[in-house]
Amino acid sequence: MKTEDLKNTQEYKYGFSTDVENIRAPKGLNEDTIKFISKIKKEPKWMLEWRLKAFNRLKILKEPDWQKPKYPKINYQDLYYYSAPKSVSEKPKSLDEIDPKILETYKKLGIPLDEQKKLNGIAVDAVFDSVSVATTFKDELTKKGIIFCSISEAIQKHPDLVKKYLGSVIPLSDHYFATLNSAVFTDGSFVYIPPNTKCPMELSTYFRINASETGQFERTLIIADKGSYVSYLEGCTAPMRDENQLHAANVELVALDDAEIKYSTVQNWYPGDENGVGGIYNFVTKRGACRGKNSKISWTQVETGSAITWKYPSCILQGDNSVGEFYSIAITNNHQKADTGTKMIHLGKNTKSKIISKGISAGKADNMYRGLVEIKNKASNSRNYTQCDSLLMGNKCGAHTIPYIKNNNSTSTIEHEATTTKINEEQLYYCNQRGLDQEEAVSLIVNGFCKDVLQQLPMEFAVEAQKLVAISLEGSVG
Amino acid sequence: MLNIKNLEAKVDNKHILNGLNLNIKPGEVHAIMGPNGSGKSTLANILSGKNGYETKGEINFDGQNLSELSTEERAQKGIFLAFQYPLEIPGVNTNVFLRTSLNSIRKARSEKELDTLSFLKLVKEKSSELGIDEKFLSRQLNVGFSGGEKKKNEILQMKILQPKLAILDETDSGLDIDALRIVADGVNSYKNKYNAFLIITHYQRLLDYIKPDFIHVLSKGKIVKTGNAELGVELEKTGYANFT
Repeated sequence: MKTEDLKNTQEYKYGFSTDVENIRAPKGLNEDTIKFISKIKKEPKWMLEWRLKAFNRLKILKEPDWQKPKYPKINYQDLYYYSAPKSVSEKPKSLDEIDPKILETYKKLGIPLDEQKKLNGIAVDAVFDSVSVATTFKDELTKKGIIFCSISEAIQKHPDLVKKYLGSVIPLSDHYFATLNSAVFTDGSFVYIPPNTKCPMELSTYFRINASETGQFERTLIIADKGSYVSYLEGCTAPMRDENQLHAANVELVALDDAEIKYSTVQNWYPGDENGVGGIYNFVTKRGACRGKNSKISWTQVETGSAITWKYPSCILQGDNSVGEFYSIAITNNHQKADTGTKMIHLGKNTKSKIISKGISAGKADNMYRGLVEIKNKASNSRNYTQCDSLLMGNKCGAHTIPYIKNNNSTSTIEHEATTTKINEEQLYYCNQRGLDQEEAVSLIVNGFCKDVLQQLPMEFAVEAQKLVAISLEGSVG
Repeated sequence: MLNIKNLEAKVDNKHILNGLNLNIKPGEVHAIMGPNGSGKSTLANILSGKNGYETKGEINFDGQNLSELSTEERAQKGIFLAFQYPLEIPGVNTNVFLRTSLNSIRKARSEKELDTLSFLKLVKEKSSELGIDEKFLSRQLNVGFSGGEKKKNEILQMKILQPKLAILDETDSGLDIDALRIVADGVNSYKNKYNAFLIITHYQRLLDYIKPDFIHVLSKGKIVKTGNAELGVELEKTGYANFT
């Protein structure tokens, strides 16, 4: 019974694929592909021009290679850049029009798109390969003036907002993967919270890669206008495939005066099998601008999936008194690799940032925290506090911490604390002596280690995340 | 209940136990005394199933060969070890730990797991019996606890988990007189004709409060003398010199 249970949970439970007919752009990265995407999304001309500008820029950019986890060269001409289930190529007007197979997929993932079920009052936007298939609770949000829709829809219906903010945090020419995304992004979520509005529910996007040989390039843009608040959560899964699939998303957040954005991620892309075959390359650019005074952006991430995770959710603290936070749990097991952390750029006066990073490494995995804290010369009386803790399980894994610290203002302070510990045999023995088996003991100790970050997650997801933490590490000790 | 025959134990080729025999029946309190390095803690570790020992001989617990059971299975069968140095587990609430522990044991015995409310009721009852402040239970497990608090916490766990055999490994060391009394009261109030205690100690002090039925003197990995409670008083006067 016990071994049976173990087997079931050790497998990646989201590894199934859904058999639906797809519309795909021809393989390859070229102007025709970009025009195809823009056309099928019925984009205005300015959007296509923006994409082509990015594409031209991409031609002169080099793929970065300074990161710790190396990967075989990606053949960008051998990828599909657009793949959508045939039945939603015309965006369905109601849930009844969505292919039941896709609804079934989301049901299996535990994300009912059926509004009647009211997933704990959380509005969900579901992105399947390259398109958004459903956004729930739209009417209720519309009444408050909140816009929550796919980015494709926003480009058509809210062009002024998109034009004003798209690329304003991650410029077109930022770096290779961000620029690639700007050229070929397919879908993603768009959120606008009007002034002095507190979004009454959690907003959530669920990303699912289904088709093979397909890159997923989603784009998310969230704008919190003056005095507003929003909490947003994204989740991700993918089928088990023995190829490596590229996921290069861009996420931009803008917080104006006195606004607050809380962005949480539970990333559980397919990590590859225990021999390191397959899995997602999760090369994502996430950046938030605290543009207004007293604004706040808080990133929380639980990264348990992907073959390689390579991302640094960042905050640009422009407005005076603005606050940036980064809470991260990165778990790597088997052959997984992670190079993740954050950037906190202090520009305004009295700006504060806090970084709490928990890296857990098991099997033959390699886990790297890399973070930049930079206080510019005008950012008087600013503060940063950084705490990086690494936990090692077994003796074949690695943990590394590389902080980059730049302080150009003598009235500002930066604090950095780091610890590396090995999971303690005595602690395990103590738990065993109290009747806990090895898996329960590991789960308890690791969840304790991650507590400071887990408690930042919205209630509904904290429980899920705790289970995910335990499952990701099953079989890694003993 | 517990039957140890000719137990030998080695660590890194060093002999620690050299043919130890011990019989414990339900309702009995046994104390093991002896100088440093005589193998007292090794015995506690082997009984609870700690890794790293090479053993020979037989240990039977409730008719079962103990060497076939993992550490957690022994705990589930009713062996409890109050640690000499209880471990700190940061980020884990004492309450959460206790509940996970109790429910793991109940599950293994096919008993119903306790829900939060019934558990809290139980904890409240047991901690007030020991005069332990409840606030203590919402703190992280043993983190920042004083030596006395850690030991009290071990006794509280014992009372909640209700083992058949409780092994106290130098629970009295480092305790002030008040804490010592709390620990002793905990043991005395839990003691009944169905369970048994194996108390490992250096000093007579604890045995002033917990009256043992038997005192064994352990020296060089063997029990060299067994007596009743008076043996402890005698040892306090003469020391272990006669036995080394």
